[in-house]
Amino acid sequence: MASLKAIGFRALRSVVTLFLCVTLVFVILRAAGDPSEELLPPETPPDVRQEYRVRWELDQPIVVQYFNFLDRVAHGDLGVSFASDLPATQLIMEAMPKTLLLGFSALLLATLIGMSLGVAAALKHGTTVDRSLIAVAVLGYSMPLFFLGILLILVFALHLRILPSSGSSSPLHLIMPTVTLALPLAGRVARFARTATLEVMGKPFIRTARAKGVGQLPVILRHALPNAMVPLLMFFGIEIGLILSGAVVTETIFAWPGLGRLLVDSVGMRDLPVVQAVILMITLIIVLSNLFVDILHALLDPKVSLARTLGGAG
Amino acid sequence: MSISEQVTARPLRIWGVPPIIALCIGWLLATIFIAIFADLLAPAHYTTQDLTARFRPPAFMTGGRTDHLLGTDHLGRDILSRIIYALRTSILIATLGTLIGAVMGTLIGLAAARFRGIVDVAAMMLSDVQTALPSLFVAIAFLAFFGNNILLFIILVSFEGWERYARLARGLVLSEQAADYVRAVEAFGAGTGRVVFRHLLPNIAASLVVQATLNFPGTILLETSLSFLGLGVQPPGTSLGLMLGEGRRYLLNAWWIAVLPGIVIFLTTLAMSLFGDWLRDRLDPTVDKQG
Repeated sequence: MASLKAIGFRALRSVVTLFLCVTLVFVILRAAGDPSEELLPPETPPDVRQEYRVRWELDQPIVVQYFNFLDRVAHGDLGVSFASDLPATQLIMEAMPKTLLLGFSALLLATLIGMSLGVAAALKHGTTVDRSLIAVAVLGYSMPLFFLGILLILVFALHLRILPSSGSSSPLHLIMPTVTLALPLAGRVARFARTATLEVMGKPFIRTARAKGVGQLPVILRHALPNAMVPLLMFFGIEIGLILSGAVVTETIFAWPGLGRLLVDSVGMRDLPVVQAVILMITLIIVLSNLFVDILHALLDPKVSLARTLGGAG
Repeated sequence: MSISEQVTARPLRIWGVPPIIALCIGWLLATIFIAIFADLLAPAHYTTQDLTARFRPPAFMTGGRTDHLLGTDHLGRDILSRIIYALRTSILIATLGTLIGAVMGTLIGLAAARFRGIVDVAAMMLSDVQTALPSLFVAIAFLAFFGNNILLFIILVSFEGWERYARLARGLVLSEQAADYVRAVEAFGAGTGRVVFRHLLPNIAASLVVQATLNFPGTILLETSLSFLGLGVQPPGTSLGLMLGEGRRYLLNAWWIAVLPGIVIFLTTLAMSLFGDWLRDRLDPTVDKQG
């Protein structure tokens, strides 16, 4: 079965990508210099410094450090935070649900807004309504996240005083970060949904449904949308990296205690193990969701074959 | 197509360009002009402090004065002057980043398509890694541990989208390579270098230029995001993102410190996106509509 082979090939490719990312992260973070120089005060006595280096395996040759590193990553041991003495995995597990909550709410909101706008634009194809909706979509995805976040804080937290500007202690705290992360994404979804709908509307089965006398909206909901779901899934698979990048900025603005904020805070404190761990975690999330989307795609669309996976520009 | 669409008047054009695109081009030319002549245009130097005139509102607000048209920040520095210099920094970094990324990505893509085999596999693996590890994260990791310097920062910004040039160039060259004209030139004994740079590159240049235009907003956003997070351009230097990051602390009393540079970033990325979309539709039918 061709699609099974395609899935196997994709899975193998994901494993290789993951391995390369782990190596890259190691190279970046360790080639940068000796953390014992960076993290301890200059007046630290040499023997304390040495003890510190032994404790963090910094005295070992780089190759030994690398294989130890691979071994530990494979066992899920991502080191202990320099700053808080807690295991990096624990910090990540505490932050992860917050980022997932934010990410999924934003994805949901972006899909709702983007799909409605995109389908509406496609239905009114070529009219002023279409062009205005495209314009709104372009405005949406050209908006820098950090600017949008600041405008929302200015209006809803500082002037109207109806929403909290930072923290995560109540459901209300979720609203502004979600909107900030979702609106630019919604613009991209809208543009995408418009193209996908237009494409599907030209297909013979839609014309048949229309010829049977099915109304325009039922055709969209029953026939066009389910067929647009496959490309939409692919689209989210590609966008996942952008969503996570956006989460870093959004979480920093709204002091949302997720992975992104953990990353920026750890960079500020030069907390190597935590930075390493967060970057690895984000890589894992992206690689897995890409693989998941590829598998779904192969299962849903029989035209996907190994030849298509291997060939082509992308 | 309905009848009403057929009878609508010919759309308005300014020098053959739709008005909205003309506006975009105008704004982009203005930013380039401002970036080049920042020294002449700025009323003050961007580091000049005037502690007696802190948090002055812009001239159009009550309490604003014309000696600081866009107001002042928490150190009494003139916002207009700072925006002008910040625009220079941001445009310079994004332009250099785009150029380096486009050249590197294209060369990698050309090499992959021309040599195939191990070169191709390696290039595609690298681009898989870049796709799995967004440039923001790569940049954060590098900047945090190599320390911040402007050269490294520009190179990191150039990582934004290099894999798209590589895949585009690779795909285009693979399809062009089979064309009769390439086979003919090769039959005449032209070497790889000549075929690639004399014949293939000019034929795919339009698509690459369109890709660069579409990529530019992402590059600006990467630079401003990093500077906003405090990881990019460092004080006393200035960048549009850094101004927003600094102004964030004074939102309640002095919104203009953060909002005005934000508007400039927004307008610039917006103008570039619209211009890029228009250029793609005009010049290049081969680039995927989803960009």
